[in-house]
Amino acid sequence: MAEQITNKDIAREENLVFKRTGVLTDKVMHYCPGCGHGTVHRLIAEVIEEMNIQSDCIGVTPVGCSVLMYNYLDVDMQEAAHGRAPALATAIKRLQPDKFVFTYQGDGDLAAIGTAETIHAANRGENFTIFFINNGIYGMTGGQMAPTTLPEMKSSTSPYGRDVKMMGNPLKMTELVAQLPGTYYVTRQAVHTPRDVRKAKKAIRKAFENQKLEKGLSLVEIVSNCNSGWKMTPVQANEWMVENMFPFYPLGDLKVDGEMAK
Amino acid sequence: MAKVKGTIVVDIERCKGCGLCPPACPSDVLSLAREVNAKGYHYAYMANPDACTGCINCALVCPDAVITVYRVKNKVN
Ligand SMILES: Cc1ncc(C[n+]2csc(CCOP(=O)(O)OP(=O)(O)O)c2C)c(N)n1
Ligand code: SF4
Ligand code: SF4
Ligand code: SF4
Ligand SMILES: [Mg+2]
Repeated sequence: MAEQITNKDIAREENLVFKRTGVLTDKVMHYCPGCGHGTVHRLIAEVIEEMNIQSDCIGVTPVGCSVLMYNYLDVDMQEAAHGRAPALATAIKRLQPDKFVFTYQGDGDLAAIGTAETIHAANRGENFTIFFINNGIYGMTGGQMAPTTLPEMKSSTSPYGRDVKMMGNPLKMTELVAQLPGTYYVTRQAVHTPRDVRKAKKAIRKAFENQKLEKGLSLVEIVSNCNSGWKMTPVQANEWMVENMFPFYPLGDLKVDGEMAK
Repeated sequence: MAKVKGTIVVDIERCKGCGLCPPACPSDVLSLAREVNAKGYHYAYMANPDACTGCINCALVCPDAVITVYRVKNKVN
Protein backbone atom coordinates (compact mmCIF):
# COMPACT_ATOMS: atom_id res chain seq x y z
CA MET A 1 0.00 0.00 0.00
CA ALA A 2 1.47 3.31 -1.06
CA GLU A 3 1.51 6.04 1.53
CA GLN A 4 -1.58 8.26 1.43
CA ILE A 5 -1.11 11.79 0.26
CA THR A 6 -2.71 14.21 2.72
CA ASN A 7 -4.93 17.14 1.89
CA LYS A 8 -2.28 19.46 3.28
CA ASP A 9 0.22 18.08 0.76
CA ILE A 10 -2.20 18.71 -2.06
CA ALA A 11 -3.04 22.30 -1.09
CA ARG A 12 0.15 23.72 -2.59
CA GLU A 13 0.63 26.43 -5.16
CA GLU A 14 1.88 24.00 -7.84
CA ASN A 15 -1.34 21.97 -7.59
CA LEU A 16 -3.66 24.96 -7.85
CA VAL A 17 -6.52 24.48 -10.32
CA PHE A 18 -8.96 27.21 -9.29
CA LYS A 19 -8.61 30.45 -7.39
CA ARG A 20 -10.47 33.73 -7.10
CA THR A 21 -9.54 35.97 -10.02
CA GLY A 22 -7.51 39.08 -9.28
CA VAL A 23 -9.94 41.16 -11.36
CA LEU A 24 -12.35 40.85 -8.42
CA THR A 25 -11.42 43.18 -5.57
CA ASP A 26 -11.04 41.84 -2.04
CA LYS A 27 -14.31 43.41 -0.91
CA VAL A 28 -16.99 41.07 0.38
CA MET A 29 -19.97 41.46 -1.92
CA HIS A 30 -23.11 42.74 -0.20
CA TYR A 31 -25.42 40.30 -2.00
CA CYS A 32 -27.67 37.90 -0.12
CA PRO A 33 -26.17 34.42 0.30
CA GLY A 34 -26.63 32.40 -2.90
CA CYS A 35 -27.56 35.34 -5.14
CA GLY A 36 -26.55 34.88 -8.77
CA HIS A 37 -25.21 38.43 -9.07
CA GLY A 38 -21.97 37.33 -7.37
CA THR A 39 -21.45 34.41 -9.75
CA VAL A 40 -22.00 36.60 -12.81
CA HIS A 41 -19.59 39.23 -11.45
CA ARG A 42 -16.98 36.52 -11.04
CA LEU A 43 -17.46 35.19 -14.58
CA ILE A 44 -17.16 38.67 -16.10
CA ALA A 45 -14.01 39.24 -14.04
CA GLU A 46 -12.54 35.88 -15.11
CA VAL A 47 -13.16 36.63 -18.78
CA ILE A 48 -11.58 40.08 -18.43
CA GLU A 49 -8.56 38.43 -16.84
CA GLU A 50 -8.30 35.72 -19.50
CA MET A 51 -8.63 38.23 -22.35
CA ASN A 52 -6.09 40.45 -20.60
CA ILE A 53 -8.28 43.55 -21.05
CA GLN A 54 -8.45 44.78 -17.46
CA SER A 55 -7.03 48.19 -18.32
CA ASP A 56 -9.06 48.40 -21.56
CA CYS A 57 -12.45 47.78 -20.05
CA ILE A 58 -15.13 50.25 -19.00
CA GLY A 59 -18.26 48.98 -17.27
CA VAL A 60 -21.50 50.80 -16.57
CA THR A 61 -23.41 49.86 -13.44
CA PRO A 62 -27.17 50.07 -13.03
CA VAL A 63 -29.58 50.96 -10.28
CA GLY A 64 -30.67 47.79 -8.51
CA CYS A 65 -28.93 45.34 -6.22
CA SER A 66 -25.83 45.47 -8.41
CA VAL A 67 -25.53 49.26 -8.06
CA LEU A 68 -22.27 48.81 -6.15
CA MET A 69 -20.67 46.51 -8.72
CA TYR A 70 -17.88 49.06 -9.19
CA ASN A 71 -16.65 48.12 -5.71
CA TYR A 72 -16.20 44.50 -6.74
CA LEU A 73 -14.61 44.63 -10.19
CA ASP A 74 -11.18 46.15 -10.45
CA VAL A 75 -11.86 47.89 -13.77
CA ASP A 76 -12.98 51.39 -14.68
CA MET A 77 -16.69 51.77 -14.12
CA GLN A 78 -19.28 54.49 -14.27
CA GLU A 79 -22.65 54.62 -12.57
CA ALA A 80 -25.69 55.36 -14.71
CA ALA A 81 -29.06 56.74 -13.66
CA HIS A 82 -31.73 54.04 -13.42
CA GLY A 83 -32.18 52.37 -16.81
CA ARG A 84 -29.83 54.70 -18.65
CA ALA A 85 -26.79 52.43 -18.78
CA PRO A 86 -27.10 51.74 -22.54
CA ALA A 87 -27.21 55.49 -23.25
CA LEU A 88 -24.11 56.08 -21.14
CA ALA A 89 -22.35 53.09 -22.68
CA THR A 90 -23.19 54.46 -26.13
CA ALA A 91 -21.36 57.67 -25.30
CA ILE A 92 -18.38 55.88 -23.77
CA LYS A 93 -17.96 53.45 -26.67
CA ARG A 94 -18.31 56.16 -29.30
CA LEU A 95 -15.74 58.33 -27.55
CA GLN A 96 -13.40 55.44 -26.85
CA PRO A 97 -14.06 52.80 -29.52
CA ASP A 98 -10.94 50.82 -28.59
CA LYS A 99 -12.22 50.10 -25.09
CA PHE A 100 -14.29 47.07 -24.18
CA VAL A 101 -17.51 48.61 -22.89
CA PHE A 102 -20.28 46.78 -21.09
CA THR A 103 -23.40 47.46 -19.08
CA TYR A 104 -24.65 45.27 -16.27
CA GLN A 105 -28.38 45.62 -15.67
CA GLY A 106 -31.21 44.00 -13.76
CA ASP A 107 -34.62 43.35 -15.25
CA GLY A 108 -36.21 46.32 -13.50
CA ASP A 109 -33.44 48.52 -14.83
CA LEU A 110 -33.28 47.13 -18.38
CA ALA A 111 -36.87 46.07 -19.02
CA ALA A 112 -38.88 48.72 -17.14
CA ILE A 113 -37.45 52.21 -16.72
CA GLY A 114 -34.69 51.53 -19.27
CA THR A 115 -36.75 49.90 -22.03
CA ALA A 116 -36.28 52.77 -24.45
CA GLU A 117 -32.52 53.01 -23.90
CA THR A 118 -32.12 49.26 -24.35
CA ILE A 119 -34.17 48.96 -27.52
CA HIS A 120 -32.71 52.01 -29.19
CA ALA A 121 -29.10 51.15 -28.36
CA ALA A 122 -29.74 47.67 -29.77
CA ASN A 123 -31.49 49.04 -32.85
CA ARG A 124 -28.69 51.51 -33.50
CA GLY A 125 -26.30 48.58 -33.41
CA GLU A 126 -24.07 50.08 -30.74
CA ASN A 127 -20.92 48.07 -30.43
CA PHE A 128 -20.89 47.25 -26.71
CA THR A 129 -22.08 44.38 -24.53
CA ILE A 130 -25.12 44.22 -22.26
CA PHE A 131 -25.25 41.77 -19.36
CA PHE A 132 -28.88 41.43 -18.32
CA ILE A 133 -29.60 39.74 -14.98
CA ASN A 134 -33.22 38.62 -15.02
CA ASN A 135 -34.54 37.55 -11.63
CA GLY A 136 -38.14 38.41 -12.42
CA ILE A 137 -38.41 41.00 -9.71
CA TYR A 138 -37.17 44.31 -8.31
CA GLY A 139 -34.75 42.75 -5.85
CA MET A 140 -33.21 45.84 -4.32
CA THR A 141 -36.36 47.70 -3.39
CA GLY A 142 -38.20 44.82 -1.75
CA GLY A 143 -39.36 42.34 -4.35
CA GLN A 144 -41.91 44.36 -6.30
CA MET A 145 -43.38 43.08 -9.56
CA ALA A 146 -41.23 43.77 -12.62
CA PRO A 147 -42.18 43.61 -16.31
CA THR A 148 -40.45 40.20 -16.27
CA THR A 149 -42.48 38.77 -13.37
CA LEU A 150 -44.14 35.51 -14.48
CA PRO A 151 -47.91 35.09 -14.78
CA GLU A 152 -49.30 34.06 -11.36
CA MET A 153 -45.94 34.79 -9.72
CA LYS A 154 -46.19 36.35 -6.29
CA SER A 155 -44.31 39.53 -5.49
CA SER A 156 -44.73 42.22 -2.86
CA THR A 157 -46.94 44.21 -5.26
CA SER A 158 -48.73 41.16 -6.68
CA PRO A 159 -49.27 39.25 -3.43
CA TYR A 160 -51.95 37.03 -5.01
CA GLY A 161 -49.84 36.40 -8.10
CA ARG A 162 -49.49 38.40 -11.30
CA ASP A 163 -52.90 38.72 -12.91
CA VAL A 164 -52.07 39.29 -16.57
CA LYS A 165 -55.55 40.69 -17.25
CA MET A 166 -54.89 43.55 -14.90
CA MET A 167 -51.08 43.75 -14.84
CA GLY A 168 -50.21 42.82 -18.38
CA ASN A 169 -47.96 40.11 -19.74
CA PRO A 170 -44.33 39.54 -18.85
CA LEU A 171 -41.95 41.16 -21.30
CA LYS A 172 -39.35 39.02 -23.08
CA MET A 173 -36.83 41.73 -23.75
CA THR A 174 -34.20 39.34 -25.04
CA GLU A 175 -36.54 37.94 -27.73
CA LEU A 176 -37.50 41.48 -28.66
CA VAL A 177 -33.95 42.71 -28.96
CA ALA A 178 -32.91 39.66 -31.01
CA GLN A 179 -35.34 40.79 -33.75
CA LEU A 180 -33.51 44.05 -34.23
CA PRO A 181 -30.98 44.27 -37.06
CA GLY A 182 -28.52 46.10 -34.81
CA THR A 183 -27.87 43.08 -32.61
CA TYR A 184 -25.12 40.62 -33.47
CA TYR A 185 -25.25 38.12 -30.61
CA VAL A 186 -28.18 37.49 -28.25
CA THR A 187 -28.22 34.59 -25.82
CA ARG A 188 -29.88 33.47 -22.59
CA GLN A 189 -27.86 31.64 -19.97
CA ALA A 190 -27.91 30.68 -16.29
CA VAL A 191 -25.36 30.13 -13.52
CA HIS A 192 -27.00 27.69 -11.11
CA THR A 193 -25.01 24.53 -12.02
CA PRO A 194 -21.35 23.97 -12.90
CA ARG A 195 -22.34 23.12 -16.48
CA ASP A 196 -24.41 26.29 -16.88
CA VAL A 197 -21.62 28.35 -15.34
CA ARG A 198 -19.19 27.01 -17.96
CA LYS A 199 -21.62 27.79 -20.78
CA ALA A 200 -22.42 31.25 -19.45
CA LYS A 201 -18.74 32.05 -19.26
CA LYS A 202 -18.25 31.09 -22.91
CA ALA A 203 -21.15 33.36 -23.84
CA ILE A 204 -19.67 36.24 -21.85
CA ARG A 205 -16.35 35.73 -23.59
CA LYS A 206 -17.96 35.67 -27.03
CA ALA A 207 -19.91 38.83 -26.23
CA PHE A 208 -16.68 40.64 -25.33
CA GLU A 209 -14.81 39.25 -28.35
CA ASN A 210 -17.58 40.49 -30.65
CA GLN A 211 -16.66 44.08 -29.84
CA LYS A 212 -13.51 43.66 -31.93
CA LEU A 213 -15.68 42.84 -34.97
CA GLU A 214 -17.72 46.07 -34.73
CA LYS A 215 -20.86 44.37 -35.99
CA GLY A 216 -23.36 45.50 -33.39
CA LEU A 217 -24.64 44.89 -29.92
CA SER A 218 -24.21 41.67 -27.95
CA LEU A 219 -26.63 40.89 -25.15
CA VAL A 220 -26.22 38.07 -22.64
CA GLU A 221 -29.24 37.49 -20.43
CA ILE A 222 -28.64 35.47 -17.29
CA VAL A 223 -31.77 34.06 -15.68
CA SER A 224 -30.94 34.24 -12.01
CA ASN A 225 -32.47 33.85 -8.56
CA CYS A 226 -33.55 36.51 -6.13
CA ASN A 227 -33.91 34.14 -3.24
CA SER A 228 -34.69 36.92 -0.75
CA GLY A 229 -37.35 38.46 -2.95
CA TRP A 230 -38.81 35.07 -3.79
CA LYS A 231 -38.71 34.18 -0.07
CA MET A 232 -36.89 30.89 -0.53
CA THR A 233 -33.54 29.39 0.39
CA PRO A 234 -30.93 29.69 -2.37
CA VAL A 235 -31.24 25.98 -3.20
CA GLN A 236 -35.05 26.17 -3.33
CA ALA A 237 -34.86 29.34 -5.38
CA ASN A 238 -32.69 27.68 -8.01
CA GLU A 239 -35.10 24.73 -8.16
CA TRP A 240 -38.04 27.11 -8.51
CA MET A 241 -36.15 28.95 -11.24
CA VAL A 242 -35.63 25.74 -13.22
CA GLU A 243 -39.29 24.74 -12.86
CA ASN A 244 -40.89 28.13 -13.46
CA MET A 245 -38.52 30.62 -15.05
CA PHE A 246 -36.88 28.37 -17.64
CA PRO A 247 -40.10 27.26 -19.39
CA PHE A 248 -40.96 30.93 -19.93
CA TYR A 249 -37.38 32.12 -20.47
CA PRO A 250 -35.77 29.16 -22.25
CA LEU A 251 -31.98 28.99 -22.16
CA GLY A 252 -29.92 29.06 -25.32
CA ASP A 253 -28.79 31.25 -28.19
CA LEU A 254 -31.35 33.45 -29.90
CA LYS A 255 -29.00 35.07 -32.39
CA VAL A 256 -25.43 34.16 -33.27
CA ASP A 257 -23.12 36.10 -35.60
CA GLY A 258 -26.04 38.23 -36.74
CA GLU A 259 -28.23 35.23 -37.68
CA MET A 260 -31.31 34.11 -35.79
CA ALA A 261 -30.66 30.71 -34.21
CA LYS A 262 -32.85 27.90 -35.63
CA MET B 1 -2.79 3.33 -11.59
CA ALA B 2 -3.02 7.09 -11.43
CA LYS B 3 -5.87 8.42 -9.35
CA VAL B 4 -6.83 12.05 -9.28
CA LYS B 5 -7.04 13.51 -5.83
CA GLY B 6 -8.11 16.99 -4.89
CA THR B 7 -8.73 19.27 -2.01
CA ILE B 8 -10.35 22.62 -1.48
CA VAL B 9 -9.80 25.52 0.87
CA VAL B 10 -12.85 27.53 1.89
CA ASP B 11 -12.28 31.10 3.04
CA ILE B 12 -14.44 30.47 6.09
CA GLU B 13 -14.90 34.06 7.19
CA ARG B 14 -16.12 35.09 3.73
CA CYS B 15 -18.39 32.11 3.15
CA LYS B 16 -22.07 32.99 3.44
CA GLY B 17 -23.29 29.45 4.03
CA CYS B 18 -25.61 29.71 1.04
CA GLY B 19 -25.63 25.94 0.60
CA LEU B 20 -25.14 25.97 -3.17
CA CYS B 21 -21.81 24.13 -3.20
CA PRO B 22 -22.76 20.84 -1.45
CA PRO B 23 -25.34 19.81 -4.09
CA ALA B 24 -22.93 20.85 -6.88
CA CYS B 25 -20.32 18.36 -5.68
CA PRO B 26 -20.50 15.06 -7.59
CA SER B 27 -18.50 13.26 -4.89
CA ASP B 28 -20.58 14.29 -1.89
CA VAL B 29 -17.64 15.94 -0.18
CA LEU B 30 -19.20 19.10 1.19
CA SER B 31 -21.49 20.02 4.06
CA LEU B 32 -22.35 23.12 6.00
CA ALA B 33 -20.71 23.22 9.42
CA ARG B 34 -22.68 23.16 12.67
CA GLU B 35 -20.38 25.96 13.81
CA VAL B 36 -20.73 29.47 12.45
CA ASN B 37 -18.23 32.07 11.31
CA ALA B 38 -17.97 35.58 12.80
CA LYS B 39 -20.93 36.69 10.70
CA GLY B 40 -23.07 33.82 11.91
CA TYR B 41 -23.04 31.79 8.72
CA HIS B 42 -22.77 28.00 8.73
CA TYR B 43 -19.75 27.84 6.47
CA ALA B 44 -19.01 25.07 3.97
CA TYR B 45 -16.38 22.45 4.81
CA MET B 46 -15.14 19.10 3.53
CA ALA B 47 -17.08 16.54 5.54
CA ASN B 48 -15.68 13.78 3.34
CA PRO B 49 -12.27 15.11 2.23
CA ASP B 50 -10.91 11.82 0.88
CA ALA B 51 -13.54 11.78 -1.87
CA CYS B 52 -12.52 15.12 -3.39
CA THR B 53 -11.26 14.89 -6.98
CA GLY B 54 -10.53 18.59 -7.41
CA CYS B 55 -13.15 18.87 -10.15
CA ILE B 56 -13.78 22.58 -9.27
CA ASN B 57 -17.57 22.27 -9.54
CA CYS B 58 -18.05 23.75 -6.06
CA ALA B 59 -15.89 26.75 -6.93
CA LEU B 60 -17.82 27.31 -10.17
CA VAL B 61 -21.16 27.75 -8.41
CA CYS B 62 -19.89 29.72 -5.40
CA PRO B 63 -21.33 33.25 -5.74
CA ASP B 64 -18.74 34.68 -3.39
CA ALA B 65 -15.64 33.13 -4.97
CA VAL B 66 -14.37 31.85 -1.63
CA ILE B 67 -13.30 28.35 -2.74
CA THR B 68 -9.76 27.54 -3.90
CA VAL B 69 -9.17 24.13 -5.48
CA TYR B 70 -6.04 21.98 -5.75
CA ARG B 71 -5.52 18.72 -7.61
CA VAL B 72 -2.80 16.09 -7.99
CA LYS B 73 -2.38 12.81 -9.78
CA ASN B 74 -1.91 10.43 -6.88
CA LYS B 75 0.25 7.52 -8.00
CA VAL B 76 -0.92 4.36 -6.24
CA ASN B 77 1.09 1.22 -7.07
C1 LIG C 1 -35.27 57.00 -11.11
C2 LIG C 1 -35.45 55.91 -10.12
N1 LIG C 1 -36.64 55.27 -10.03
C3 LIG C 1 -36.83 54.28 -9.14
C4 LIG C 1 -35.81 53.91 -8.31
C5 LIG C 1 -36.03 52.79 -7.30
N2 LIG C 1 -35.40 51.54 -7.68
C6 LIG C 1 -34.20 51.21 -7.20
S1 LIG C 1 -33.69 49.70 -7.71
C7 LIG C 1 -35.11 49.47 -8.60
C8 LIG C 1 -35.37 48.20 -9.35
C9 LIG C 1 -34.26 47.25 -9.40
O1 LIG C 1 -34.64 46.04 -9.95
P1 LIG C 1 -33.71 45.25 -10.95
O2 LIG C 1 -33.21 46.16 -12.00
O3 LIG C 1 -34.48 44.06 -11.42
O4 LIG C 1 -32.45 44.84 -10.08
P2 LIG C 1 -32.30 43.69 -8.97
O5 LIG C 1 -32.23 44.44 -7.69
O6 LIG C 1 -33.45 42.76 -9.07
O7 LIG C 1 -31.01 43.04 -9.33
C10 LIG C 1 -35.94 50.58 -8.47
C11 LIG C 1 -37.27 50.68 -9.11
C12 LIG C 1 -34.58 54.60 -8.41
N3 LIG C 1 -33.53 54.28 -7.64
N4 LIG C 1 -34.42 55.58 -9.32
S1 SF4 D 1 -32.38 41.00 -2.92
FE1 SF4 D 1 -32.35 39.40 -4.49
S2 SF4 D 1 -31.13 40.21 -6.22
FE2 SF4 D 1 -30.71 41.47 -4.39
S3 SF4 D 1 -28.87 40.57 -3.46
FE3 SF4 D 1 -30.65 39.64 -2.45
S4 SF4 D 1 -31.08 37.78 -3.63
FE4 SF4 D 1 -29.73 39.07 -4.89
S1 SF4 E 1 -13.52 20.10 -6.09
FE1 SF4 E 1 -15.16 18.76 -6.88
S2 SF4 E 1 -15.01 16.89 -5.66
FE2 SF4 E 1 -13.82 18.48 -4.55
S3 SF4 E 1 -15.30 19.37 -3.11
FE3 SF4 E 1 -15.37 20.63 -4.95
S4 SF4 E 1 -17.04 19.75 -6.16
FE4 SF4 E 1 -16.49 18.22 -4.62
S1 SF4 F 1 -21.18 28.24 -2.36
FE1 SF4 F 1 -19.56 29.54 -1.47
S2 SF4 F 1 -20.63 30.94 -0.09
FE2 SF4 F 1 -22.05 29.27 -0.56
S3 SF4 F 1 -21.78 27.78 1.11
FE3 SF4 F 1 -20.39 27.15 -0.56
S4 SF4 F 1 -18.44 28.16 -0.10
FE4 SF4 F 1 -19.99 29.18 1.14
MG1 LIG G 1 -34.38 42.13 -10.83
